[in-house]
Amino acid sequence: MKFSGKVWKFGDDIDTDLIIPARYLNTSDPEELAKHCMEDADASFYSKVQKGDIIVAGKNFGCGSSREHAPVAIKACGVSCVIAKTFARIFYRNAFNIGLSIFECEEAVEKIDEGDVLEVDASTGIIKNLTKNEEYRATPVPEFMQEIISAGGLINYVKKKVSRNA
Amino acid sequence: MGMTITEKILAAHAGKDFVEPGELISAKVDLVLGNDITAPLAIKEFRKIGIDKVFDKKRVVLVPDHFTPNKDIKSAEQCKFMREFVREQELEFYYEVGRMGIEHCLLPEEGLVGPGQVIIGADSHTCTYGALGAFSTGVGSTDLAAAMALGETWFKVPESLKFIYYGNLPRWVSGKDLILYTIGKIGVDGALYRAMEFTGPVIEELSMDSRFTMCNMAIEAGGENGIIAPDEKTKQYIEGRMKFPYEFYYSDEDAKYLEVYEIDVTNMELQVAFPHLPENTKPVSEAVNVRIDQAVIGSCTNGRIEDLRIAAEVLKGNKVHPDVRAIIFPGTQKIYMQAMKEGLVEIFIEAGAAVSTPTCGPCLGGHMGILAKGERAIATTNRNFVGRMGHPESEVYLSNPAVAAASAVLGRIAHPDEVIKK
Ligand code: SF4
Repeated sequence: MKFSGKVWKFGDDIDTDLIIPARYLNTSDPEELAKHCMEDADASFYSKVQKGDIIVAGKNFGCGSSREHAPVAIKACGVSCVIAKTFARIFYRNAFNIGLSIFECEEAVEKIDEGDVLEVDASTGIIKNLTKNEEYRATPVPEFMQEIISAGGLINYVKKKVSRNA
Repeated sequence: MGMTITEKILAAHAGKDFVEPGELISAKVDLVLGNDITAPLAIKEFRKIGIDKVFDKKRVVLVPDHFTPNKDIKSAEQCKFMREFVREQELEFYYEVGRMGIEHCLLPEEGLVGPGQVIIGADSHTCTYGALGAFSTGVGSTDLAAAMALGETWFKVPESLKFIYYGNLPRWVSGKDLILYTIGKIGVDGALYRAMEFTGPVIEELSMDSRFTMCNMAIEAGGENGIIAPDEKTKQYIEGRMKFPYEFYYSDEDAKYLEVYEIDVTNMELQVAFPHLPENTKPVSEAVNVRIDQAVIGSCTNGRIEDLRIAAEVLKGNKVHPDVRAIIFPGTQKIYMQAMKEGLVEIFIEAGAAVSTPTCGPCLGGHMGILAKGERAIATTNRNFVGRMGHPESEVYLSNPAVAAASAVLGRIAHPDEVIKK
């Protein structure tokens, strides 16, 4: 799978309260959550973001709460993938579990600027910066995570497991 | 080669004699937890798996605590959805409003979590139970759904960091100060994907309540879990409470650590974390000019009886500053009751503080104490992110209960010695 889109850039330690503030967690409806995605970091994010766009951020993206509403909101507002230097542990699991593609790549984060247009190949982890004509390589996705992705998310993975055991 | 306590617990739950960091394992879970925010999403995912029943109706625990007593219609719907699932699945341990508490205060109190267990919860502060010598960590709703179905989940065995605290604990310095100091030292991702093992003579001296506070905030350093080896105090705490089997594990002498930190507490000052990250810690002496509008004492970090006793010690005979709202949240109904019996609630109300039913409330900017634009709070909670307690332009400073209580009195961040009646 390939993603291409324009970059929205954020800094280090973007926490889940910035991604989706708790005051909106009285629902789990993706469309509702999407409207408030990144609201406290950039109040106009939802009105600007286009389908396919890519979030690029510094270290420890998604730190804080375990709320899966965070990757859900990002995905539902049309963002195709997130590239960061590192991801917080629970966010990392959640993103794979719900099928939001994420990539760790320090070099990419350092070189990419807001507004750059990228093309990301999910299977190879190669990130092409079409604006700057550069190429970066993301840390390979662990094999087990690939299995979850190819099963179509954790729930489908478990489904298969349950039916095998039955 | 030796193993750490974390590795031993994971190995035992994966049916192995030995595991090492980096290894991917499938482990049995002793208990899974969800709350009124994360459970509804997990239940929806659980339905998609295509099985009727959770793996064990005793070991799936759901607690309404975040937006309860229901703060609005949407929250009420979420809680109702969760409650209906509880009834349908005949879950044995469910704690309704009036019998409940903040999950991470409640589960240990109820004896549902204990030494040597593996616990996952769809709440990041599930790491709290490491204080009892358990492996306990936060996950998301989909992971919770899968574990509700299978009774197992996958982990990458984390590398361990060892923290040794030694020296003489100064007056007022608590588990909260130790953990804030530690996060300040290693940063909010200083323990990313890692186990934080808290050890040393100072930890042995700490009360169980202070140990819970420390493990609670392991996630604030990015840690997978925080853990403290069980001892006499642990035994005393769990005695007569535990509803499930448990086992004591200890790290081997020759266990491997990625890093060992030695922290002398002898000259440690009380710690305050400035906005907007828990790593922005400074000694309280550098914070005393910061004016506050609100003081919040409670949460899964510092809402236990010892915390309330300390707050009462400082507030006794004093009055909350006219410009400050002081709000006190006991962690559970039992803690609330205990605080009443000991006369603490009276002290709080006499001082002019609001005492609330147990709820997460303002800790996550939910309800019962939201900050307006430009307002500032000192809180004994665990996060001071942008907008955490309300308006994105409000601020939260984190501290222990003594500092928060003293600040409530003086209307600015303060050292407890500034107000305590000698
Ligand atoms: S008290 Fe705060 S940190 Fe603890 S579970 Fe509730 S919202 Fe989370």
